[in-house]
Amino acid sequence: MKRIRFNQQEIVFAVFALLFLLFSIFLRGFLTPENMLTLLQNVSVLGILGLAMAIVVIGRGIDISLIAALAVPPGLVLQMVQNGHSLPASLLTAALLTIAFGLVNGWLIAYAEVPSLFATLATGLLLAGLGQAALFQLDVVQWSPRMDGFEKLGQGSILGIPTSIWMFAIACIVVAFLLRRTRWGAYIYAIGDNPYAARVTGIPSRPIIVLQYVITALIGCFAGLVMAASVNSMPTRIFNSTLIYDVILVVVLGGIGLSGGRGGVLNVVIGTLVIGTMLNGMTIMDISYAGQNLIKGVVLLLAVITDSFLNPRNEETAQQGDI
Amino acid sequence: MKHFGATKTLAAALSLAAMTAPALAQQGLDEPFQKPFKDALAGKTVAYVPVAMNFDLTEGWYAGLKKELEPFGVKFVIRDANWNTNAGAQAVTSLISEKPAVMVVHNPDVQTYAKLLQRAENEGIYVIQINMGSAYRSSAFVGANWVEIGERQTEGVVKACEGKSNKIAIIQGALSAAASAYTLKGVENVLAKHPEIKVVSSQAADWDAAKAKAITQTVLKQNPDLCGIVGFWDGMDIGTAAAVKEAGLTGKVFVATSGGGERKGACELVKSGAFDLNMSYDVPTQAAQMAGTIKWLLSSGVKPGSVKGSEYTTLIPITKENADSQMACWNLSDLKK
Repeated sequence: MKRIRFNQQEIVFAVFALLFLLFSIFLRGFLTPENMLTLLQNVSVLGILGLAMAIVVIGRGIDISLIAALAVPPGLVLQMVQNGHSLPASLLTAALLTIAFGLVNGWLIAYAEVPSLFATLATGLLLAGLGQAALFQLDVVQWSPRMDGFEKLGQGSILGIPTSIWMFAIACIVVAFLLRRTRWGAYIYAIGDNPYAARVTGIPSRPIIVLQYVITALIGCFAGLVMAASVNSMPTRIFNSTLIYDVILVVVLGGIGLSGGRGGVLNVVIGTLVIGTMLNGMTIMDISYAGQNLIKGVVLLLAVITDSFLNPRNEETAQQGDI
Repeated sequence: MKHFGATKTLAAALSLAAMTAPALAQQGLDEPFQKPFKDALAGKTVAYVPVAMNFDLTEGWYAGLKKELEPFGVKFVIRDANWNTNAGAQAVTSLISEKPAVMVVHNPDVQTYAKLLQRAENEGIYVIQINMGSAYRSSAFVGANWVEIGERQTEGVVKACEGKSNKIAIIQGALSAAASAYTLKGVENVLAKHPEIKVVSSQAADWDAAKAKAITQTVLKQNPDLCGIVGFWDGMDIGTAAAVKEAGLTGKVFVATSGGGERKGACELVKSGAFDLNMSYDVPTQAAQMAGTIKWLLSSGVKPGSVKGSEYTTLIPITKENADSQMACWNLSDLKK
C-alpha cells in the first residue's frame, strides 16, 4: 500500500497556507496589497540572512558568525563615513574585511578542520569584539548626512514595491543561480551529501568550503547594509541578540536539513514567509510579547513534530552528522 | 590654630614693612578647608559598573565623571558588565572585597544587585546608583524619573492628537527592563485622564530599531490615520521614525521618545523631523551631579549608608524650538576632551 508522505517543506508550506487563510478571513486589514508588501519588507533582511545560512548548511556546515558579518562591516562603513572618509572607500574597506573574515572562517573549517559550529562561534565573537573595541565609538552607529542617497538600498520603493523586497529577490536569484546553475553549486551539494565521497571523486572540497564561507559572509554584509539603510543606523549590538536563532529557524523550518545536501532557495523563501506571516498577524492582533513567543514556539513545535511523525528516522534515513 | 596665629603675626609684621614696600602687603590667606578636601579625594578609587560601555549614556557618564574627579587624584576602575547581568553581579561582588571608596552602579533591573549594594555600604563603600535604581536605596540615586518621562511624552502626543483621530501606538523597550515598565506606568497615568485616546498597538520591540520599524510599519498600514507614537528610547525609535518617514507621514504622526540627549541621536533627529519630542535626561548634567555627590560624600566623612537621598534629573524636552541651541544636546567627543 502506498502511503502519502509529506516532507518538512510541504508541511511548513501547509502551515503557512493555513495561517494565511485564517488571517485573511478573520483579520481585517491583513489581506491588503499594502499589508502584504509590509509583511515581506519586514522579513526581507531575515530572508537574505537565511539565504546566506542556507549555502553553508547545504554544504553540511553552519555559520554562527553570520550576525557579526551583518553588524561589523556595515557598521564600519557608517563609522568611516562619519569620520570623513568617502563612501566608496568605506564600502571597499568593508568588503575587504568581509572577504578576509570569510577566508579565516573557511580556512579554519576546511584546512584546520575545526568543526564549523565552534570555529564560527569563536570567529564571530572575535569580529564583534574587534568592532566594539577598535572600530566603533558607540554601539549604535548613526547614519551621516553624507551617505544620503545610499539609504535607497533599504528605504523607498521601486515600481511600488519596497526596495528591501527587491534586494531579497535579487539575493534569491543570485543564490539560486549559484546553487543550481554553476559547477560550484553542484559541488556544494555533493560535499554536503557526502564529503568523503565528494573528495574521492576529485571535487576540490577544501577550496569549495572556503568559498562557501566567503560568499556567506558577503551576503551577510549585504543584508547588514540593507538593514542599516532601512533603519538609518547600525545597531551593532544586534550581535548579542537572538537573531541567529531566527535565521537557523528559517532555514530548518523551510526544510533544509542540518545534515546537509538538501534544499534550496525555495525552502528559505517558504521558511521566511511562515515567520513573516506569523509576526505580521500577531502584530495586527496586538498580541503581547510573551503571547507571541508562546504562539511562535507552539507553531514551530507542531511543524517539527508532524515531520518526525510522518517521516520517522531510522538507520536507513538518518545521515551521519544529522543533528 | 597655631598655623593661623603664625600667619597673623606674619601679617602684622608685613603691614609694618608695607610702609616701605607696599607690594608685599598682598600676601594670601590660607583657606582652611581645601586641604582636608583634597586629602579626602586624593588616591581614592571610584569603581564604575555600567550595564555596558559603548553607548552614549554610559560613555557620557564615564567621561563626565573622569573630567570632574581625575584632576583631584581620584582613580577609576571600570567593570563592564556588557549586557550580562551575571557578569555585573560578579563584578559588584569582587569590588566589595577590593574596597573602592565609591561604587557607581547602573542596575540592569530592580532586584539583582539590591542585596549586594546593601552589603557594599555595610562594608564601608559609598554606593551611587545611576538612572536605574535597585530596590535598595543607597547613599545617592542620580537619574531620570521614568514615570515622569512616560507622562510628559504621552502628554505631548495627546496634545498633538487634539482634533485628530486620537489613535496612538506605544513602542515599549524590553519587557524585563524596569525602565520600560516605569515609563509604561507614566503613559497609563496620562491615558487614564484621557479616555478619548485609543491605543491601537502597545508592543515591546526589545530596544531594537529593526523590530520597532517592523511593528510601526504594520501598525501604520492598519491605521494610516494614527496621530502619535510614544517610543521608549531614541536609539530604538530611529526605526520607528524610519517607518513613519517611509509611509510619508512625517509631521502627521507625532513621534515622542526619550534618551540621553547625545547630539547625533537626539537633536539632529529632532531637527530632521524624525522625532517631534525627545525627553532628554542630559547625561553631562547627571555626570556632574554624581561627581558633586561623590565630592560631598568623600569630604563629609559620613558613614556609608547612614545618609540616603535622591537627585532626580531635570528633564529637557527637545523639540524643534531648542534643537538648534548649544545647550540642549551634547557631543561625546567634546565631553571626552
